Amino acid sequence: MSVVMTPSQVATAVDASAPVLVVRDLQKSFGGVRAVDGVSFSVEAGTMLALIGPNGAGKTTCFNMLNGQLKPDKGEVVLAGRPITGIKPRAVWRMGVGRTFQITATFTSMTVRENIQMALISHAGEIFSPFGRARDKYREAADALLGQVGMESQADRACGVLAYGDLKRVELAVALANQPKLLLMDEPTAGMAPRERIELMALTAEIAAAKGIAVLFTEHDMDVVFTHSDSVIVLDRGRLIAHGTAEQVRHDPNVRAVYLGSGATSGGH
Amino acid sequence: MFDLILTQTLNGLASASSLFLVASGLSIIFGVTRIVNFAHGSLYMLGAYIAWTLVSRFGPADALGFWGGVVLAALLVGMIGVVIEVLILRRIYQAPELFQLLATFGVVLMLQDLTLATWGAEDKLGPRAPGFKSFVILFGNRFPTYELFLIAVGPLVLLVLWLLFQKTRWGTLVRAATQDREMVGALGVNQRLLFTSVFFFGAMLAGLGGALQLPREAVNLHMDLAMISEAFVVVVVGGLGSVTGAYLAAILIGILHAFGILIFPKITLVLVFLVMAVVLVVKPYGLMGKAPVGHARGHGPAEPLLLPADNLTKLAGLIGLAVLALAPLVAPDHILLTLTELVIFALFAASLHFMMGPGGMASFGHAAYFGLGAYGAALAVKWLGAPMEPALLFAPFLAGIAGVVFGWFCVRLSGVYLAMLTLAFAQIAWATAFQWVEVTGGDNGILGVWPSSWAASKFAFYYLALIICAASILALRLTIFSPLGYALRAARDNPLRSEAIGIDVMRIQWIAFIVAAFAAGIAGALFAFFKGSVFPTYMAIPRSVDALLMVLLGGVQTVSGPIVGAFAFAGLSEQLMKATMYWRFVLGFSIVLLVIAFPRGLVGASLLGLERWRGRPEAAAKPVLATEAGR
Amino acid sequence: MTAMLEITGLDAYYSRAHILQGVAFSMNRGEVLALMGRNGAGKSTTMKAVMGLVPPAGGSVSFEGQPVQGREPFEIARLGIGYVPEDRRVFSELTVMENLSVAQRPPRPDAPHWTPERLFSLFPNLGRMRDRPGGAMSGGEQQMLTIARTLMGNPKLVLLDEPSEGLAPVIIEEMAKTILALKGEGLTVLISEQNLHFAGNVADRAAIIEKGMIRFTGTMDELKANEAVRTQYLSV
Repeated sequence: MSVVMTPSQVATAVDASAPVLVVRDLQKSFGGVRAVDGVSFSVEAGTMLALIGPNGAGKTTCFNMLNGQLKPDKGEVVLAGRPITGIKPRAVWRMGVGRTFQITATFTSMTVRENIQMALISHAGEIFSPFGRARDKYREAADALLGQVGMESQADRACGVLAYGDLKRVELAVALANQPKLLLMDEPTAGMAPRERIELMALTAEIAAAKGIAVLFTEHDMDVVFTHSDSVIVLDRGRLIAHGTAEQVRHDPNVRAVYLGSGATSGGH
Repeated sequence: MFDLILTQTLNGLASASSLFLVASGLSIIFGVTRIVNFAHGSLYMLGAYIAWTLVSRFGPADALGFWGGVVLAALLVGMIGVVIEVLILRRIYQAPELFQLLATFGVVLMLQDLTLATWGAEDKLGPRAPGFKSFVILFGNRFPTYELFLIAVGPLVLLVLWLLFQKTRWGTLVRAATQDREMVGALGVNQRLLFTSVFFFGAMLAGLGGALQLPREAVNLHMDLAMISEAFVVVVVGGLGSVTGAYLAAILIGILHAFGILIFPKITLVLVFLVMAVVLVVKPYGLMGKAPVGHARGHGPAEPLLLPADNLTKLAGLIGLAVLALAPLVAPDHILLTLTELVIFALFAASLHFMMGPGGMASFGHAAYFGLGAYGAALAVKWLGAPMEPALLFAPFLAGIAGVVFGWFCVRLSGVYLAMLTLAFAQIAWATAFQWVEVTGGDNGILGVWPSSWAASKFAFYYLALIICAASILALRLTIFSPLGYALRAARDNPLRSEAIGIDVMRIQWIAFIVAAFAAGIAGALFAFFKGSVFPTYMAIPRSVDALLMVLLGGVQTVSGPIVGAFAFAGLSEQLMKATMYWRFVLGFSIVLLVIAFPRGLVGASLLGLERWRGRPEAAAKPVLATEAGR
Repeated sequence: MTAMLEITGLDAYYSRAHILQGVAFSMNRGEVLALMGRNGAGKSTTMKAVMGLVPPAGGSVSFEGQPVQGREPFEIARLGIGYVPEDRRVFSELTVMENLSVAQRPPRPDAPHWTPERLFSLFPNLGRMRDRPGGAMSGGEQQMLTIARTLMGNPKLVLLDEPSEGLAPVIIEEMAKTILALKGEGLTVLISEQNLHFAGNVADRAAIIEKGMIRFTGTMDELKANEAVRTQYLSV
């Protein structure tokens, strides 16, 4: 499917030369163990940055400090020039950060469209309103978002009955509802079949480029990482051990030793 | 002054021991079976009664007779626990936690009547313990040695429990099952046996706690609910699942009681409440507790799709309303009275449903707000001399304010923790009405709360109640489908996702709590004028359970369920009351049967049947895939 | 010779959805079979149904010629089937040693006998953290612990649900070596998997499941040669 850009979207995509997300010297310890230790990086508008590393390297901790679930001990997170360090998840969202979860998180008692409407209602600041029917609010906007991810034909279905890949698309549409500057995706393709993985990430890259959204994602599938990231950062034991293009990281001997291995079981690269 | 402090401290520590025994048993059973055993207070009471009988028979003066009786009583209560587990709980381990709570409450009712039938209504005075009949002089005060003995029991039991859990295979299995019971079974451990043994052990602790009270207080029929609400406070404060936490909390609560009675006898409960508040603000899952992790394991099915009423349902609602509106033209007076009560209860049930269904917050103390509405009306009439109209307006605000205060704490918790806390708050409200005789008239209640003359006839009052209740229920219903209602449902379905799209989960749940309290207050105020009087029983646990039964009978996941449930339940219980003196037993038995037979409620069950009949796989399949895909 | 595991016409509902619709396949002693398919195709449910964790609504499961459907999970485990769930489920508050001790069963004559010491030579990492609580281990270490824990029951057949899911490529390589080592001990292993590379490295045969039915069974080489099947059911 194609993503049509309005002139204003093109403008934001072009003049966003400064990084959308800047992370400086992030640090977090649990019981004396440094889970994340002095991590710094940045993500530019319209680009995809992959965060990879062995299990227990600190990826999740790092992610949770960006989305507001954890407070860093030290360091700074800056979104489009404004500090968002240590603020709550819902405040992070209000600042323009969309999220998808490793385990899909949708509202099962609502239809696909209502899930999007809920996010739009919240974006409009109307969640405390006891008046009016929620089903009638922002219907067109919700359908437009569903159209972008190719889910308009399933708008009236319950989220609970969707195929897993479709659920991931719904999540993507929810994450786009607040017109985010930054999209955080925690293992976006976990549990999906190989082709679905590629399709979802291609769609994400397309939307990100069109709307000038910066994307940061964690991933274990090296096919996805090497096909869909503009650059890659590698964490090991809380420290950043490599940062570069997919090609550079792939040939880094250090990364091969701690993370990639020989490639025999993951697609042979 | 110093010696007074010391004696009171010792008093507090002594009463903490039994509390600890009951609370730790409750906690251990919950850990493994995930069932909050409401009947744990009843097991405590049985321990005391059985010990009384055994000790009297074996010879109270003889050391072997006394201690043998106490130990045998504890073991017998353990066996009673096994019977309860095997006959009832085994069948409902897969049921939603609320239904489990309800089933164990059914057991409470049954045991109450069984105890009454066996031992009669009078209190039983126990003998003093052989070997501990004397006093010691501590700082010039006489202090019973039995109290010192009880003080030692607490840490001793704590030590035994610690050794048992850390050093034995059984203990390791129990700790493993506490985290993931299904996995323990898949690894070859006989789960049934483990559950039954844990239940035996926990019940035995409760029985021992009761038996040890024999020399301290008269054995009576109110020990069960008094103990269970305190034990709930203890486990909430100590942290559910933590035995050490239960010990610390029991000591804290025990000492608070001892000093409270000394310093401000009227507001002992307020003191306990304040401490609990402080603990929960600092540590939401209690002193030693941890946030529950089992939630994501996918045991609970995903919430089904909620759609607005279709035309058929709307038509049914209109016809129902029309029938109620026309009823007075044909119905005799006594039917009209029953109908008035039913209409009021329908609002009460709908208010509870609002927080339980879309809100996902199960309250075991909703009667507090109903009762506060009733007391609000009665106090306005009695102390301010207000006529009915302003009193009706004022009363729900009293309930609403309680909702603001209690709700603030409750929304910090979820699931059974929240249910336990609501129950504790309701007990506080009840005890205040009961103890604050100067204002509330205590047990005698407040009489003479009559409607204004224009509404005094049964006919007029019926219409007043019908109009107010129907309008309130409609308002609740519209709210469920408003943005606020959707946000509430979002918070219930997936708090993590809700926060990630900017929904303040706690605040939205707090608002729902207040709305539900306010609406229950309206029902309570109408009820006060309907009966012409108010009593503390309006806030007592059984009334809270009535409301729960109405909602669950109708089905939590349906919007119209509570109304159907209210009519079904009120009709049923009325018949029961008339039919037998042991109505508690019959009611409790029915509750247990109901939970085993219809875990989705009446409306839920018939909707499910309808779905299957219509062959709509879409609707029928939904909870499933969500759990599967949600992993 | 009777099959190690023989599944015929297995039906199962999860809550109310018909997840398994007549699953049938069999396994020979000592082989590694990869049960492959998309998310939600019924891989996990098949394993849970074998284990008695999801009650089968119809069909039969027999283990060494003996029907096991309708039995309690603990009875099935005691017959010699070990289950390693996909989401690891280590007892996070128990130490490594305690985790192992929960699953300990007496040795049986026709299966390898495992002791903590033997397991530590297979998983050297675990041996270095005997007293560490399960919750304080990394994902890869937890995955190894769950396998070690299951082996403590001295199973003859091991069900491994998505062993490579969510693991770093280096750890996945270790996992493959572990599975081959188990095969070397004479164990029969059923793995559920979406990763064809991984399955290709460890499995002898593959069974493909889609919408609760087995659509293909064959050797790993047959699967690799059959592009139509791979594209249709595995979306590669």
